[in-house]
Amino acid sequence: MDEFNASKPIYLQLADRIHRQIISGELKAGEKLPSIRDMGIKYNMNPNTVQRAYSELEREGILETKRGQGTFVPERQDRLVQQRDKLKHEQIEQFVHVMREMGYSAAEILSGLTDYLNNAEKGDE
Amino acid sequence: MSDMIRMTNVTKKYVNQIALQDISLTIPIGKIIGIVGGNGSGKSTLLKLMSGLSLPTSGSVTVNGETANRRTGKVVSYSSESSLFYPIFTVREAMQFQASQFADFNPAKAEEIMKLMRLDPHMKIKSLSKGNRGRLQIVLTLAREVPYILMDEPLSGLDPMIRDSIVKGMISYVDLKFQTLIMTSHEVAEIETLIDGFIALKDGSLLKMADVEELHESEALRIKDWMKKAYV
Repeated sequence: MDEFNASKPIYLQLADRIHRQIISGELKAGEKLPSIRDMGIKYNMNPNTVQRAYSELEREGILETKRGQGTFVPERQDRLVQQRDKLKHEQIEQFVHVMREMGYSAAEILSGLTDYLNNAEKGDE
Repeated sequence: MSDMIRMTNVTKKYVNQIALQDISLTIPIGKIIGIVGGNGSGKSTLLKLMSGLSLPTSGSVTVNGETANRRTGKVVSYSSESSLFYPIFTVREAMQFQASQFADFNPAKAEEIMKLMRLDPHMKIKSLSKGNRGRLQIVLTLAREVPYILMDEPLSGLDPMIRDSIVKGMISYVDLKFQTLIMTSHEVAEIETLIDGFIALKDGSLLKMADVEELHESEALRIKDWMKKAYV
């Protein structure tokens, strides 16, 4: 519960979390999501809030509900690929915006990022 | 549209002390609502008025269109810390007693919740820990199939593990298609993700009734932080 913060509605935070799990492959194509109640129990969350999160993701085409069967990650992934790119773009946009504000040049940002990723990879080994 | 709890200009006085002052609100079916506020703000009084166990000095309280009184117990399941009256009962006897009092008590559901709460049916109430008494309250209160479940401080003074199991019990066994759960709490942070809306009281007056997500959206605040600002 502590992982949820006040800056954004809880249902959107849950929706973002599920979205990230799909993008990372933690939730796979065709996989069934927990029922609204079970998801509520997992996060100690109001079922109405879970319902809103599921509906939001459905509206965006990221989840689909089959009548009487539950909520699923769609088999067709084109929408997901599109979403994945969109999310990447948003994150980069935010990062670059902050870096620009602090006065870093494109070259500095790029080299900084490359160094960082190289180091992070070494750390993984 | 009569399926709701409605309070209109409700004032409650004890001798010459005002417990609640001119409260008007409505609560529909399908919500989990927290009544929040400091000690002596009138939380428990408000809950009791909704249950019909206490009557307003002036104003009206209706539950599903009918004036709240002793008969309101038919549609309202109410519990407070003092609800466990027979300390010599075992857990199972308390469940049987509840079943004898309320036709809407679902014994199968009670057994299920009892197992989820890991309660020993043969234990006597007087030898239960505070946490296990809290769990028994959940069993007795939630196994009734009524539109309104009212709980006075169901989470207070319990350790985090027990609170967690009680919250899970609430989510599992309150059916928001047909029911509304209203609870008082002085530890708002614990119920932030659990409730749809909250009723904030201060010195017996209604400070705010709002949707939790609206507060997150419009003010980017947790209820606790909002209260810090509002209660100064």
